Amino acid sequence: MAFDYEKYLRPGKLPHIWCPGCGHGIVMKGIIRAMDTLKMDMKNTAIVSGIGCASRLPGYIDCCTLHTAHGRAAAFATGVKMAKPEMNVILCGGDGDGTAIGGNHFIHACRRNIDMTYIIMNNYIYGMTGGQFSPATPTGHMASTTPYGNPDPCFDIAKLAIGAGATFVARGTAFHANQIDKLIVEAIQHKGFSVVEILDDCPTTYGRRNKYKSVIEMMKRLKEVAVPVKAAEKMTAEQLHGKILTGVLYKEEAKPEYTAEYAKVIERAKASRK
Amino acid sequence: MAKKVEFMQGNEAAAHGAIYAGCTFFAGYPITPSTEVAEVCSIELPKIGGKFIQMEDEIGAMSACLGASLTGAKVLTSTSGPGLSLKQEIIGYGCIAEIPCVIFNVMRGGPSTGMPTGPSQSDVMCAKWGTHGDHPAICLTPASVQETYEEVIRAFNLSEKYRTPVMVMPDEIIAHMRERIVFPEPGEIEVISRKAPTVPPEQYKPYDTQFGDVPPLAAFGSGYKFHVTGLNKMQDGFPTTKAEIVQAEEERQVRKVEANRADIMKWEEYKVDDAEIVVVAFGSTSRSARYAVNIAREQGIKAGLFRLITFWPFPEERLLEISKKVKAFISPEMNLGMCAGVLKGCIEGNAPVLGIFRVDGEPINPDQIVDKMKEVK
Repeated sequence: MAFDYEKYLRPGKLPHIWCPGCGHGIVMKGIIRAMDTLKMDMKNTAIVSGIGCASRLPGYIDCCTLHTAHGRAAAFATGVKMAKPEMNVILCGGDGDGTAIGGNHFIHACRRNIDMTYIIMNNYIYGMTGGQFSPATPTGHMASTTPYGNPDPCFDIAKLAIGAGATFVARGTAFHANQIDKLIVEAIQHKGFSVVEILDDCPTTYGRRNKYKSVIEMMKRLKEVAVPVKAAEKMTAEQLHGKILTGVLYKEEAKPEYTAEYAKVIERAKASRK
Repeated sequence: MAKKVEFMQGNEAAAHGAIYAGCTFFAGYPITPSTEVAEVCSIELPKIGGKFIQMEDEIGAMSACLGASLTGAKVLTSTSGPGLSLKQEIIGYGCIAEIPCVIFNVMRGGPSTGMPTGPSQSDVMCAKWGTHGDHPAICLTPASVQETYEEVIRAFNLSEKYRTPVMVMPDEIIAHMRERIVFPEPGEIEVISRKAPTVPPEQYKPYDTQFGDVPPLAAFGSGYKFHVTGLNKMQDGFPTTKAEIVQAEEERQVRKVEANRADIMKWEEYKVDDAEIVVVAFGSTSRSARYAVNIAREQGIKAGLFRLITFWPFPEERLLEISKKVKAFISPEMNLGMCAGVLKGCIEGNAPVLGIFRVDGEPINPDQIVDKMKEVK
C-alpha cells in the first residue's frame, strides 16, 4: 500500500510554493516518513524555520509550526526546547538562512548540544530572492550577484556543524530520497543537537545559471558526486576527488545534552534554597 | 506580619518583579547597564523551576524569548540601547505574531556604543518606532526602585492581556540606584495571564477575532496545533496577501492597544490643578522635577509636575486639556527633545514647550528646571 502522506499534511495548504523540479518536496516527504516511523506525537512536535523557500516547509505539516524571521530558527527553537524540553523540536531551512544570517545561532546550537534536529536543505543559492550566492555556493559558480563567477570560498556545512560541537551530523541528497527519512530518524532519535544536511537542487535560480540543462541533469550530478562513508573507506584520495560523503558522518554520545544539564542546574538551585 | 523590606537596585527589583508576575523564562545577552537583571534571573529562576539562558547575541535572546512564550511561559529579556537596536526585528515579529513578552531596556547614552555607563532617556522613540512597519507600542518608564518592581509586574500583565511585546525603560540612574523597596505579599498585586482557548483544538485559530481584538493564544505542546509566521496572516495564522485581510489585521493589531489607552496609560499629577507652569517628565528626571516644583512653589511660582509612568501610549488627551490652562510646559529630558516633540504634537500650540535637553551623561538637576521656569513670561 502506498504511504499515506496526507494524514501528516494540513488540509487545504497545497499546492506548495516550490518550483517544479525543486528538491524541497522530496525532503518534506522524507521528514514525514521519518515522523511516521517514529510515531511522533504531532501535538508535541514543533517544526521551526527561518526565511526562504525551504523555510516554508513547516506550514504544510500538521503540528506546532513556527515560521520565524530570517536566520533565527535555531534561536526561536532553543526557546521552545528550553521552556518545554518534552517537546520534539525539528528545525528546517536553507543554506543561506542557516549559515549566513543564521550562522551564529547555528554554531551555538551545535555548541550547546541542545536536543533538536536541524534539517538544512542546501541548494547552494538564495532561491526566494532570485539566486544570489550563499556561503554554500561553490567558488567560481554563477549567481545573480556573482556575474563574473563567485570569488568566495564556501562552507562545508556538515564540517561546520561537527567543528561547532553538534553530536550527530549526517548528509544526504535529494536524489537519494529513500535514505533521507532513515537519516532523519537516526538524527531525531539521537539525544543532542543533530544536523542533517540534504544536498538539494534549485533548477530555477542555480541550475540555469550554472549550465545544467535540466532538473534530471542536476539530479544526476547529486547521484554521481555522492559517496557513502562506508564506500569511501575503501577509496583512494584520487578516487574521492570531487566527491561528497553521504550517510552518518559523525556521532558522539558522551557530550551532555543541554536541557538535561539545565535540569541539573535547577536541582542545584533548588537545593541552595533549603 | 511585617512586609519584607530591602535595600535594592532597580535592575535587581526588575528581576524580582518579573518573578512575582509569573515569569519563568529569561533569555538575554550581557550588556551594561542592565546585566544585573540577567544575573539575578540566573540565580532566582532555576530556584522556582524556571529557565535562564544566556544567548549568543541580542537577536538570539529576543528570539528565544518568543519561542519560549509560545509554549505558554511568561518571558523576560533585558538589554540597553545597542541591544535594543539589535532586538528590533524580533520585537516586530512579536507585534505581528502577537506573542507576549517583556523587554526591560535600561537607557544609556547613544547612538551606537555611546556612553555605556552614562544615563540617558533617548530610547523612548525607539520603543515606538524602532521596528519597521505599523505596530502597537507600550512603554513604561518607572522613576524609583519600588516603581520599577511594580511596573515590571504591570508590563507582564499588559503584555499578557493585550498579547503584545511591552517595554519597560528606566534610565540608567533608576536601574543602578539603590533604595528602599517594600515587597508586596503574594496576591496583593493582581497578576494577569493570557487567555487560553476555550474551543477544542480542531476549531482553534490563533487570530480568531470572534473572541475580540485580542484572540486567545494556545501554548505549543498543550494539544493545540497551529501555525505562527511573521508574514501578514489570516485568522488561522497562515500567510495571506489579500488586501482586505492584511488591512483589517494590521488595524486590529494597533487598535487592540489604542482602543485601550485608558487602561494602559498611567501618570501622576503633582500640584498640576492650579499650575501655570507644568513640567512634563519621566524616570529620574521627574524626581528632579518634583524637587524643582517644591522650590518654585516656595518662591511663589505656580509650578506642577506631570509625571509619565506610561510613555506609550502617550496621554495626549489629558495634556491637551492641561495645555489650555497653563502658560508653559517645561520638558527636562536626557535626550535632545524626544518627549518635548511628542508633547508639542498633542497640545495644538496652546502653550510653549521649553526644553532642557542633556546628552552629556549628567543628570538634570532641580536648579536647572527652576531657572527654566523663571524664563517663562
